[in-house]
Amino acid sequence: MKLGLIYDRIRWEEKALATAAEAKGLENNRIDVKEIYLDTDWTPKETQKKFGDVILQRCISYFRGLHTTAFLESKGLKVINNMDVSLTCGNKLLTTMKLEKAKVPTPRTILSFTEESALNSIETLGYPAVLKPVTGSWGRMVVQLKDKETAQAMLEMRGQMEGSLNQIYYVQEMVQRPPRDIRTIVAGDRIIAAIYRYAPDGDWRTNIARGGHGDICKVTSELEDVALRAAETVGGGLLGVDAMESPRGILVHEVNNTVEFKGAASVCSVDIAGEIIDYMLKEARR
Amino acid sequence: MSKKTSCIECGGDIGVPEDVVVGEIITCPDCGTDFEVSNVDAKGVSIKPAETVGEDWGE
Repeated sequence: MKLGLIYDRIRWEEKALATAAEAKGLENNRIDVKEIYLDTDWTPKETQKKFGDVILQRCISYFRGLHTTAFLESKGLKVINNMDVSLTCGNKLLTTMKLEKAKVPTPRTILSFTEESALNSIETLGYPAVLKPVTGSWGRMVVQLKDKETAQAMLEMRGQMEGSLNQIYYVQEMVQRPPRDIRTIVAGDRIIAAIYRYAPDGDWRTNIARGGHGDICKVTSELEDVALRAAETVGGGLLGVDAMESPRGILVHEVNNTVEFKGAASVCSVDIAGEIIDYMLKEARR
Repeated sequence: MSKKTSCIECGGDIGVPEDVVVGEIITCPDCGTDFEVSNVDAKGVSIKPAETVGEDWGE
């Protein structure tokens, strides 16, 4: 079986996945999305020959990944994760709506489209609140709004930024949590690894990409239930479900579509890349 | 770190991991510029300027 690994930047994870695939005897076709084009004239068979029998979508760019997946799926290829899952998980609001619908506990969220309405919306939520971009990761542009003055300044800055996505104001309640959150890595209906992510000194955000560090997290029945239901409601697949411990129980705040697991691999004894490849093989044979 | 390449920005030496692959990002220790590995062969490692982080980048 030929695995197509689509990427635009080789991170530690893509190297680990390629190594794991080779170790399992899979032919490994690495495709840099920046160097290809996609042609609607291609037949499904031609497309499969060029890309592989099963495709692992690992683009760091949400829109590149989404569009490539849409094309390949339309040509009949199995892409993990599929387009609907990619679309949902690449947008925090779409994820929130799915979590809400499935009654997966998640922070209260308010959406608005102008600086003025955003400022009014925060009065409803109360300070402090958290302003996030609807796309993007690694805690980038995630801002804690401690008071009205900070909110005014941050919203004014966002209002000056180019790009229509920057004029979508996604504001969440500031959840009272310990200085850590939980990253679970889900493959289908199973959690393959879970870690606590601790915020680095001088920051409140827990992202490993921001210098946070990981520690082993025991999977409680509550965590398992909430994380697996979150994964299922966004459509399932290979996902990074991020959750917080709050006074009202575990809350899911994000589901990641091209999950990074370097931090988890550094503290867990599980062969995460190997488990991911096994899951792909199982899915490809379905 | 036995492989090396030269920074196309400042000329400094950049150590490259033995298992480097095309598409990987390496950073010049002297000037901090990020580069993407564009080719690896017997002659060595070629690099090109890495893309800057996009608004839609993430996991």
